[in-house]
Amino acid sequence: MSATTPVGPAANTPPPAALVRPGRRSARASAGARTSGASRPPGRGRLTRPERIWGRIFIAPPVLGFALFALAPLLFSCYAAFTHWNGLSSPVFSGLTNFRTMAGDPQFWQSLWNTLFLMIGIPIGLAISLALAIALNRRMPGRAAFRVIYYLPGVSSVAAISILWQWALNGDFGLVNELLRMLGIDGPNWLAEKTWVKPALILMGVWKGLGFSTLLYLAALQSVPRNLLEAAMLDGAGAWRRFRHVTLPMLSPVTFFLVVTGIIGGAQMFAEINIMTPTGGPEFGSATIVWYIWQQGFQNLKLGYATAMSLVLGALIFLVTAFQFYLNSRNVFTVE
Amino acid sequence: MAATSAVPTAPLQTSGVAPDAARRRRKKSERRFQTPADVVVFVVLCLGAFTMLLPLVWMLSTSLKTQENVFALPPQWIPKPAEWSNYLRVWEAGPLLRGIVNSAIVSLTVITVGTVTSCFAAYAFSKMRIPGKNALFLALLGGIMIPFPALMIPTFMLFSKIGWVDTLLPLIVPGLFGNLMMVFFLRQYLMSVPDSLIEAAVIDGANHPQIFWRIVLPLIRPAIAAQVILWFMGTWNDYLGPIIYLNSENVHTLQLVIANFNATYAVETDYPLIMAASIIALVPVLAVFLVFQRQIIESIALTGNKG
Repeated sequence: MSATTPVGPAANTPPPAALVRPGRRSARASAGARTSGASRPPGRGRLTRPERIWGRIFIAPPVLGFALFALAPLLFSCYAAFTHWNGLSSPVFSGLTNFRTMAGDPQFWQSLWNTLFLMIGIPIGLAISLALAIALNRRMPGRAAFRVIYYLPGVSSVAAISILWQWALNGDFGLVNELLRMLGIDGPNWLAEKTWVKPALILMGVWKGLGFSTLLYLAALQSVPRNLLEAAMLDGAGAWRRFRHVTLPMLSPVTFFLVVTGIIGGAQMFAEINIMTPTGGPEFGSATIVWYIWQQGFQNLKLGYATAMSLVLGALIFLVTAFQFYLNSRNVFTVE
Repeated sequence: MAATSAVPTAPLQTSGVAPDAARRRRKKSERRFQTPADVVVFVVLCLGAFTMLLPLVWMLSTSLKTQENVFALPPQWIPKPAEWSNYLRVWEAGPLLRGIVNSAIVSLTVITVGTVTSCFAAYAFSKMRIPGKNALFLALLGGIMIPFPALMIPTFMLFSKIGWVDTLLPLIVPGLFGNLMMVFFLRQYLMSVPDSLIEAAVIDGANHPQIFWRIVLPLIRPAIAAQVILWFMGTWNDYLGPIIYLNSENVHTLQLVIANFNATYAVETDYPLIMAASIIALVPVLAVFLVFQRQIIESIALTGNKG
């Protein structure tokens, strides 16, 4: 709306900033609503009932969705994990059997280990993307184009990317070995050898995730206060010390965010594994925990066992995330 | 289910939104190098970009090859002859169109309805007086922490009991209730909108749906756009959900169709066909990305800045 249009209803024009009351009002107001309506200024009490009704209507869908598709399944999981259940007949209570089986199941431990191993890609990706972000933070030609190019793999379709890499990692005709051949190296058959399947998947993961973390770092770099860097410079800090003691701490919230989401995402890796190594890889070398749960549950119909494993996975993700938040509250540098 | 965007967020940030004149000035200075170090960095970045693009170029190149040329050594980067007919063949070889339609049905319904419900919920959670809303919100936050794989078996059984397995409904219905991530994100965003704006409207006699449409919605439109794009990419690329719920070919989403192409034709080593199908799968997401590139990049900056 242009400035020349006649003044609209008062509701459309924001009040001056001085009139804005600071937060926390809503909590107090809802407490007030419970105790007495008389203390409220006239005119507002009248509107409380419709406000509550509308409010309940507005929040009903996500609350309902949460109850139906998160809480109820979770509660059922907590029961099904202690049963013998093939999905066809009803679950039969079996106590801790599933958890005992799990403890003695080498494939469970192997898939857990594989999942953990693949997370090596997280620090590698972070280091590269930080370097990239610093490079891209300079003023130079083609900066916007670089950002798009580096981000391109990250938005591409998962299935297509997995197929592409399956082909690129092919031992005989793959792109990766083709390039290695140019350097005079005879590359392995990546996806068919137990030693190489995980590095290959890490390579692909780093390639795919680089753009996203670079972008976040770039955004964070641009919000590092210039005066802090200038102050450090006046104090005689060189480029490295300015980076180490000013920039890096300012980036720690982003690093934290990337590590947390990286671990949560990494723990749930499935599509790439299932498409590139449909049988769990050479000697089970690429089966991730979600892949194994899926295979046990939906291929072998051991639903009770798979549920038990999925509960363990959920608990692990929760614990790791909570632990990181605990560390974060102590270490991460925040601006406020 | 859809692996949408991300965790906590900061209120509106204006990074990258410079006044026109300033932007023009900056653009100009970006067109030339300022120090020799810039040139070195530029060259390194070019090499990096080249490596990033190489696999995608290889994909495109393979999709245009004849089957004999696929394994040619040294590899042909520009296929001769360019076999455009691969792109025609691919439509007959598998239910590609069906996959695109199914994926579109799922993502469009989920996102249209889900966005509306998420927006209303975010508004209610941030600006309305509802007893116990903070406790409820905390519970929902807990819900974000539960990964889908931990719930997939009971959820599958639920849908199986009501006979929805092998239909698109299990992929659509949960999304209609809104996306918790989006609710959370928009709520954070709305927290920075002054309460008095809403109060003034209430005093003027507007009801809450009116306030939402006339005041709140215009304010949070950029945030919504960002979330919608990320959600779209998440839904479009979802693979675990479809592989669990869908068996019959006529309900397969695009990701499953492509994966099946791979399973079928890789054995027959028809790589040009697989690559052509993959390129077709890439196009919708890449198109969305390129069109909304600025918003995506800004939204990511917005989402991740504070952690």
